[in-house]
Order: sequence, then structure tokens, then C-alpha cells
Amino acid sequence: MKEIMTGNEAIARGAWEGGCHVAAAYPGTPSSEILENVSQYKEIDSEWSTNEKVAVEVASGASLGGARALAAMKHVGLNVAADPIFTMSYIGVNGGLVVITADDPGFFSSQNEQDNRWYALHAKLPMLEPSDSQECLDFIRDAFELSERFDAPFLFRVTTRICHSKTIVELGERTEVPIKPYDRDPKKCVMQPSSAKPRRYFIETREKDMREFSNNCKYNRVEWGSERKIGIIANGVSYQHAREAFEDMGDSVSFLKLGFTYPLPDKLIEKFASEVETLYVVEENEPYIENFTRQLGIKCVGREKLPAVDELNAGIVRGALRGSESAKGYSVDVVSPPRPPVLCPGCSHRGIAFALSKYKDIVVSGDIGCYTLAVMPPLNVTDSVICMGASISAGSGFSKAFRKAGEPASGKKVNKVFGMIGDSTFFHSGITGLINAVVNKSPVALCIVDNRITAMTGHQENPGTGRTISGEPTQRIDLVSLCVACGVKPENVRKIDPYDLKSMEKDIKDAYNADEVSVLITTQPCALIKDVQRKRANVHCAVDQNLCIKCKGCMRVGCPALSFRDGHIEIERSMCNGCTICAQVCPKGAISQVGEFND
Amino acid sequence: MTKSIILVGVGGQGTILASKVLSVGLMRAGYDVKMSEIHGMSQRGGSVTTHVKFGKKVYSPVINDHEADILVSFEKVEAARWIGYLKAGGTLVVNDYEIHPLSVLTGEAKYPEDVIGKLKAEVPNTIAFNAAQIAAGLGNVKAQNIVLLGALTKGMKLDETDWPAVLKDLIPPKLYDLNIKAFAAGADQLK
Ligand SMILES: Cc1ncc(C[n+]2csc(CCOP(=O)(O)OP(=O)(O)O)c2C)c(N)n1
Repeated sequence: MKEIMTGNEAIARGAWEGGCHVAAAYPGTPSSEILENVSQYKEIDSEWSTNEKVAVEVASGASLGGARALAAMKHVGLNVAADPIFTMSYIGVNGGLVVITADDPGFFSSQNEQDNRWYALHAKLPMLEPSDSQECLDFIRDAFELSERFDAPFLFRVTTRICHSKTIVELGERTEVPIKPYDRDPKKCVMQPSSAKPRRYFIETREKDMREFSNNCKYNRVEWGSERKIGIIANGVSYQHAREAFEDMGDSVSFLKLGFTYPLPDKLIEKFASEVETLYVVEENEPYIENFTRQLGIKCVGREKLPAVDELNAGIVRGALRGSESAKGYSVDVVSPPRPPVLCPGCSHRGIAFALSKYKDIVVSGDIGCYTLAVMPPLNVTDSVICMGASISAGSGFSKAFRKAGEPASGKKVNKVFGMIGDSTFFHSGITGLINAVVNKSPVALCIVDNRITAMTGHQENPGTGRTISGEPTQRIDLVSLCVACGVKPENVRKIDPYDLKSMEKDIKDAYNADEVSVLITTQPCALIKDVQRKRANVHCAVDQNLCIKCKGCMRVGCPALSFRDGHIEIERSMCNGCTICAQVCPKGAISQVGEFND
Repeated sequence: MTKSIILVGVGGQGTILASKVLSVGLMRAGYDVKMSEIHGMSQRGGSVTTHVKFGKKVYSPVINDHEADILVSFEKVEAARWIGYLKAGGTLVVNDYEIHPLSVLTGEAKYPEDVIGKLKAEVPNTIAFNAAQIAAGLGNVKAQNIVLLGALTKGMKLDETDWPAVLKDLIPPKLYDLNIKAFAAGADQLK
């Protein structure tokens, strides 16, 4: 049967067909839909793990226990999971183990553009790179068996354009594979010096076997053209771009298409290179294949012509390698105002961000999630964002620096460091930072903006939501008791209603004045949660034009439901959920909530 | 020959569903089809683009600058923002409809004037109409995406496909009648 599927859907299908038993992931664009789709197959035990390291460890344990297992994450997630991955390379597998990394060339939704192919090289993990949805399905289906054959966890590397492009796939059936028997084997599975060293030698042997395989497998193939003037080595979606860039030359160009990219096929590359006049290497971001090719003493053209930054497309490849001018098009003399993503109308993060924006002598050490959008005007809240979980720990560092600086001669005088972190992010990697701040006496004020969902990546469950990936009820982890358990004094852990500016004021002030760690936990759920939308469907705010003095004070909260049109303030009813933040800042009481809550 | 269509709009306008219907319809007509969507933060009111390519054999899922045969814009300034994708001689289908970004709402930036006029002056093959109004007339402004799709498929003469059947498979039953009407109303714009 044929279907048109995204790479992520095809990966899920392929995992199912390949007999996968256990799957674990932490969400992150562009990888999130992999587990969302995997969890639709009842034969696979799926979970949202608390973070990527946990996901890889769950999958690793499942593999050692005999199950075929996968873990999926976005590229930066692999940094979090690097620790277990490097040592699982030594241990190897029992049931097949596949770790999926979804990289993001072009920064569509990421804080960096790291090329995770280096992880394969660094951890000596075999790697597969599909170039369309059909290959996503086929490669991952085969990966479990290959992993068992080589006793190695596989790295499965995709990019945004693979994950989020739909191409036509032929579906197969599931091969049901029994869970392999488990026998205790400390020499293989307990990594301490005396057992790890022999495994280190094993890796070297495995590497040789896998390179041999790489030279002869169906994932790496030469596609000879009618001529041998131009030869192109390419991987992943770059292969598709390169094909299109030379499409007008008919079948005269030859390709070496690489799908098994660690270990790279030395013999195959040497043979291909020796038969073509000019050799190009087309790959996005890092010169991963190119460096290897050059190490073999082969001349090739790659990074000197192709850009290192951003994703490629066929036009870029054509322009760079063939010097072709790009086609002619249009330009219109219209300045389109930018349309960056913004906090939604009714967003539960708006109120607290607005309240913090009143303090001019604070630093807000930020984190990753929807609340990061508070950095935009008009709120302008957030001083730094590094990675998930850094808000509290970097905040501790900030406060140490300011304490050392004393009264600064120039620069900003900072009297308090706040941290701002979402619920999912706090469970992911904020807890350790909080304990650290308490123990090391860094008097940071942490705002946990608990909207009861992992919103930014598309509403996945997390430990605070009380549901599993399949929607089953489960234990909900209570943030207040968790923070107290982390050592924050009970009187310094407060719940605040981010829809009520007045009531938040005192608690924020107390946190500002505290000389020990304090935590403020917001209590309004994300406005896009179905239940919340239903409950608030008939509630909205309205402006009394007779009272409005058009001071535009309400616009300072940065709500897209508000506009100033034809000389007066309007609130778009279909967007507004009646959160009343705008009403609370109006000096004339011209805005009020109307309608009734559904129950 | 591969044909390229780029659909652009604002998060929440239904560009992705329209592209999905389009891709499935093209696949059923026997073409190779690739569709690529960038929807990272679309729910937060950002700008959304979807690339659809079809033909005998399609390689790259991405459309290059100045190489789209058709640009379908669900909103006026989005048409201007992404016009660079359209090739010389290509067709622009634009929804004569405004959605103000935050910078305009707060009065910091201005929503440009006479966008349609300027687009028409530059791009000879411009088809502009208010799909949102048509959809609202049918009872739900959200069906504007399918109105635009109706116009697009009519304009491209993609009549090998049984579009109502595709809509039936991809759209929730209770919205089916509305969308069939929307599709037909869109096609009528090109009569
Ligand atoms: C290590 C890592 N994993 C995943 C992501 C992707 N990611 C960005 S924000 C986010 C979750 C945010 O959820 P939460 O903290 O609850 O904030 P919300 O978006 O709900 O406001 C995730 C998973 C990332 N940036 N880094």
C-alpha cells in the first residue's frame, strides 16, 4: 500500500515493521512526532521520558533486557544523552537499539546548528542517514537487526527537511520478533575499568567489520551516469538537492549516495573517486564526509564552494558548483512587517513576565519554552538563554558575579537575579540546579511557569500533567513538595495566579527581597489546552469606548488580540480568552471581562 | 517537468491542511509528490510556508528562490514577503485579507498600503480575491484554506483527481459539506 508520509511518520512505521518493542523520547522539534506516531502502535511500549538521557537509558535497559528499542530526540537532546550513549557503544546491545537524532540545519526551531554526525565518529557508533521517507521506513526497519548483528547501538540521523517533508512510501507488515533471552553478563554489561578495557578492544574490531559492511552494503551505492566527468558524493537530503541541481544534465553525472555514514566506506569512495574527473562532496553544515575523503588523499570540492551555515537547496548547490545564475523572479516594493512568533492571547506566561518587566534592577536568567518569547518587545524580559535547565544554575552564577562586583562603577546595577523556567523544562533538568542553588546559597528567585503541558513543542505530557503519552492517568508530580524536597524553605515556595497582577505583586516583592532561594509557581494552564479553551470559550474582554482615553497602556502587555485601529482600542473577540491582564493595567477601568465560563 | 507550488500564510490559517489535501490529490493522480512544511512555531502566530512539488520524479522537497510556478498566499503581506519564490511568468493567487502582526497592532510598524495593487503591478498573473469573506459567507471563515485550494486546483486544471473524495478522506465528517462548498466557491473565482 502506498501513502504519503512525513519522515517522522515513516520512521514510526519502520520501527513498527522492524519489530520495535520499546520506545522512549523527550520532545523537541523536529523530532517530536516520531514518538507521537510510534505510540499509536499498540505493540510498542512508548513513553515520554523526563529528558533525553533518561530516554536513552530506558531504551538501553530495554535492549539489554532483550527488547528491540529506540530513543528519539532533537540534536541538542543528544548532548544531554551523550553520557549513556558513549558507554553503550562499549556495552553494545542484546535486542537491537537505535538512537534517533533530528538535526536542524537552518535553525528553524533551535538554539544552535550542531551537526551530530560527529557523535557517530566520536562514540564510534554506526550511523544511518535516510534521504526521504521511504528510506526512513526501510533504514530503521533494518537498523534493529543490524544493531544486533554488530552488537552496537545505531545512530539514526535525520534533519528537519527529512522529518517534516512528506514523500511517497510503500508500506510493509510488521515482523514480530520475540524478546531475546536475558542472561546476566557482567563482563559485557557492567562497565568498570577491568571490563571496559576489553570492550574498548572489541570496538576496534567491530569498527573494522562495520567498515567492511559499509563498503558493500545496499545503503551506500554508486549510481553511474553515462559519463565520468562529474562525480558527486552526497548524503541525506543533500543527495536530493544535488540530484536536482544537475537534473538538466540528464544522466551524465555519477553519484555515490551514502546512507550508512559511519564508518564511512573508504574503498567505495576511493574507487568512485578514481573513476571520475571532478569530485564534489555535497553535504550540509560540517565537512564530515569531505574531511574523511581528504584523509584518504583524495582531492575533492566541497566546503570551499558550499556554505557551512544554513540548510542547502538545489539552487544553492547549482549556484555554488556550476556557477549558474539563479532564475529571474519578482520583487515588490512592500515592506512586510516582521511576523515573529509571539505569546498567544490568554497565555499564562504573560502576566508574570509583565510583572517582572516592572523591575528595572533585576536579571532574568531564562530557559527554553514558550516563555522565552517574553524576550520580545514590548515585554523585553529575559537576559540569557543557554540550554534547557540553565535558568536556575546560570542564575546562581550571575548572582555570584554580581556579589563579587559589589557596587559597579558602570553597567547595570543588579539587585536580584530571577530565573524563569517552564514545568517540562524544570522536570527535564531544572531540579539539579535548584538543589545546587539551595546548597551553595545562591539567593535566586525561581519562577516556575507551570502551564501544565509541554507547550512549545506541541503539547506533550510531562511529569506534572498526570497523564502518560497514551493519555492514561498516572501519578502527577507535585511541584510544591518537590521544591521543598529540594531544600527550599516551605515559606519560600509560593503558588501565584499569573492572571492576577495585584495578588502576584506581594509574592514577587518578597522573592525580590529574599536573601535565600525562593520559588514562585504559576497556576494557570496553557490557554491552548482543549479543556481550557472549552471552559473559556464564551469569556472575553471588551472595551468601553466611552471610558477609554486611548493611552494605549493596555498595549504594553503585548497581546495580539488587542489592536489600535482607526483611533480606538479593539479586542478581537475570536482571539481573546478573557484573561484580563489588559483590563488590569487599564488606568480607567475601561476594559472588562464579559460572558460566562463553561463548566 | 516538475511543478512547484508554495503556500504561505499565518499560523492558524490552515495552510498545512490545504497542502495535505493537495499532496494526497496529486499522489492519487499518479504523480510523484513531495511536500515540505516549516511549522516550527506556527501556533504562535508566526509565518508558515509549505512547499509542494510534483511531477514524474521529484528529488528535492524544497523549492528554490525564483522557481515556484505558483505562489498561493493566504494573507496579503505574506505574498509580498515570499514573492521572491515565484518565478518570472509564474502565477500568484492571493487572499485579499489582512492579519496584523504584533508590531502593527501595537502601532510600532505600519501595515503597508495598497499591497494588492503593487503585487498586480509587478506580477502580471495575479489572482486576488477575498477567500475569507467567501468562507465566512458559507458559515465559517476557517474554510478559507479550502476556498483557496479550489481556486488553485481549478487554475492548474488538476482535474484528474476526485477532489471531493480526497476532502472526504481528510476532513472531519461534520465539516465536509462546508468544505465541499468552499472548494466549489474557490473554483468559481476563476470562471
Ligand atoms: C535538550 C533539549 N531538548 C528539547 C528541546 C526542545 N524544547 C524546547 S522548549 C521545550 C519544552 C518547553 O516546555 P515547558 O518548559 O513546559 O515550557 P512551555 O513551552 O510549556 O511554556 C522543549 C522540549 C531543547 N531545546 N533542548
